[in-house]
Amino acid sequence: MAHQTSLDFSKNAARAQADADLQSALAKLQRDTRLARPVITGRLPEFEDLRDRAVAIKDHTLANLDHYLEAFEANVTDAGGHVHWCNDAGGARETILQICRDTDAKIVGKGKSMVSEEIALNDYLIAHGLEVVETDLGEYILQLREETPSHVVMPAIHLKKEQIAETFRDHHTTLDPDRPLDVPSDMTEEARTKLREKFLAADVGITGANMLIAETGSIVVVTNEGNGDLTQTLPRVHIVIAAIEKVVPRVEDALSILRILARSATGQEITCYTTFATGPKRPDDLDGPEEFHLILLDNGRTKLLEGEFRDVLRCIRCGACQSACPVYGAVGGHAYGGVYGGPIGAVLTPALDGIDKAWPLPEASSFCGNCEAVCPMRIPLPGLMRRWRDIAHKEKLNKAGARRGLALWAWAAQRPALYRFGARIALRLLKTLSGRRGYLRRVPLAGGWTTARDLPAPEGGTFIDRWQKESRGKTQSNTAGNTAGNTAGNTAGKTGS
Amino acid sequence: MTAPPVTPPVTPPVTPPVAPPVGPRVGPRVGLFATCLVDLYRPSVGFAAASLLEQAGCDVAVPRAQVCCGQPAYNAGDRTNAAAIARQTIDLFEGFDYIVAPSGSCAGMLRHHYPDLLSDDPPYAARAQSVADKTWELIAFLTDVRGWTDIDASWPASVTYHDACSGLRELGIKDQPRQLLDQVEGLELHELEAADVCCGFGGTFCIKYPEVSGAMVDNKVDDIVATGAATVLSGDLGCLMNIAGRLSRRGETVEARHIAEILAGPAIGTTIGPAIGRAANSGDGKG
Repeated sequence: MAHQTSLDFSKNAARAQADADLQSALAKLQRDTRLARPVITGRLPEFEDLRDRAVAIKDHTLANLDHYLEAFEANVTDAGGHVHWCNDAGGARETILQICRDTDAKIVGKGKSMVSEEIALNDYLIAHGLEVVETDLGEYILQLREETPSHVVMPAIHLKKEQIAETFRDHHTTLDPDRPLDVPSDMTEEARTKLREKFLAADVGITGANMLIAETGSIVVVTNEGNGDLTQTLPRVHIVIAAIEKVVPRVEDALSILRILARSATGQEITCYTTFATGPKRPDDLDGPEEFHLILLDNGRTKLLEGEFRDVLRCIRCGACQSACPVYGAVGGHAYGGVYGGPIGAVLTPALDGIDKAWPLPEASSFCGNCEAVCPMRIPLPGLMRRWRDIAHKEKLNKAGARRGLALWAWAAQRPALYRFGARIALRLLKTLSGRRGYLRRVPLAGGWTTARDLPAPEGGTFIDRWQKESRGKTQSNTAGNTAGNTAGNTAGKTGS
Repeated sequence: MTAPPVTPPVTPPVTPPVAPPVGPRVGPRVGLFATCLVDLYRPSVGFAAASLLEQAGCDVAVPRAQVCCGQPAYNAGDRTNAAAIARQTIDLFEGFDYIVAPSGSCAGMLRHHYPDLLSDDPPYAARAQSVADKTWELIAFLTDVRGWTDIDASWPASVTYHDACSGLRELGIKDQPRQLLDQVEGLELHELEAADVCCGFGGTFCIKYPEVSGAMVDNKVDDIVATGAATVLSGDLGCLMNIAGRLSRRGETVEARHIAEILAGPAIGTTIGPAIGRAANSGDGKG
């Protein structure tokens, strides 16, 4: 599928809404998430306290990021690993390619990593002659289909199992046509036969990291399949790519965050595999890589650290905001165009790609606040989207028509008498247009509203006018009006008589 | 649906809990912030809100120059105009003991966003905070501030309730409306499967992304229809107009009303008018 852009959000959304398979997959995700959450959080009375602790850990780390990154680097180096600081996507790609070339690598096994999507690593390595195999089952399916992940922890959540079976039949040329692929375990078995060959043949394994622990120089990788573990332990060389905000001070801090990560991400208490790894294989170790490289990527993070978007760096990529967002639920992750869909994408994509290339994303939110309510790291996602809207407004990026309409309304709203005069005329017009029906099916200049719904007709008159009329002749005992209305001087009073 | 047998309610006279036994009324002075949608589209919600506040012993005033809380500008990134409208609202309402709005969204704007909006405007920053501290959504004000639950209303029919997002997540309003609905004679509440999922209104969001918003309100309407309730209630007119508009477009018989219309009961003094977006002769949604 051709990559969709963030600027085309509306078109992408329309395509997504016409896709029945996608719609049923999204409906299931949202319903399952909604029903699971109270059960999961209910089982852990200290869930809210853990969220507070996780926020405090991250805020402290971000305030002292240089210190903890240097401590982390020193401990990785002590353990025999190599740390590579990379400012941007290009630098990270080149560094990784160079490591692969230095080890004469032909085949690269790759674990699931969103940050590798950020730097479009696979395309780059493949273009430079390497065979790159995604080893996470979901990512493997997407690689066969030439698609990108649509959710940060459930990358292929947009697909139904029938589509996955079809993908295997199309791409696994040795697959016996009579072999049943009706249930997920059949498909997992089929993927395993292919992936096992690659695990054993890979020269380099590349993984992401859910956390970096400063006090030990360890990485933490959280998975459910164990393929990430095979990717990092079997090849001769292990390359970890992680953005700088992944560091936490101590093992204890990582454990605190782990307790809310899986619960928020998949509704599990803990994932099947939570792997801590430190440096390359030591002399007494039975297995592990001979070389260990860690790519510490900035890619715009230090800029975020300085400004009003700093809170977004607390994100632990659990995807809870995506699963819980009704807009994401209507359109899926791909419609957002960037690497990250949903509320986190609406905040991160403008930072990564530029607000001029992503301004529709922060607009595509009803500000229902469910993302912030479920975010384990309490990131004020609607507030940050609003900050992007401030910037988009200042830079005049959004539609001129909408801007003019808003400006006219805002001008009138600061002239109450004129506003009221205009309102009376508009209401009378709407009332006349609606006739005796009580609603309007089409309204000039209100196509946005009437696309999906009728416009209820106004009751008639304004409340303020009617209240004043009804109060007239009644006892005026409105003491509040005398004090409160001192600047306006026009409080309409009415007693409860 | 059959209404339960109606026995004449033996209701004690409504005594506002804090009203003094004798002498002039000294209940708190409440500035009713009607909200622009109630003002323009559904004055009956304004009257119902005023009636409820009076029943709860408040001295209600309606400043005439009120317009809108400024949220459309604030959420569109136009902080300059939003701040100007906020200052105007503060000037008008800061002298009251309380500011009450029949909307969680508008109350949330005054309560949470005015201080943010005016934080770098020294003369107004403190005033914004003072207004924020005494601003309440109507239903939460009745239960949490006034401790008042003496609803004198009857609505012998089945209803369902949609939790409007801002009230729910910015102001924590969840139990309060149910507590008051429980007092309405004859009313049966059938909960939605997903009462706390957004209806897709979102202010100008529903106009900017009509298809996405349309899908969201369609899900909401499916959920409403599945309860079998005759009427859907909520505390925010924006959500209700969105829901009522979709119900009407789909030709559903379920009606939509603001919760205050039901709770205010006979105290309004007249029979209740048609539901949102319904013609005058389309029935009253009961039964």
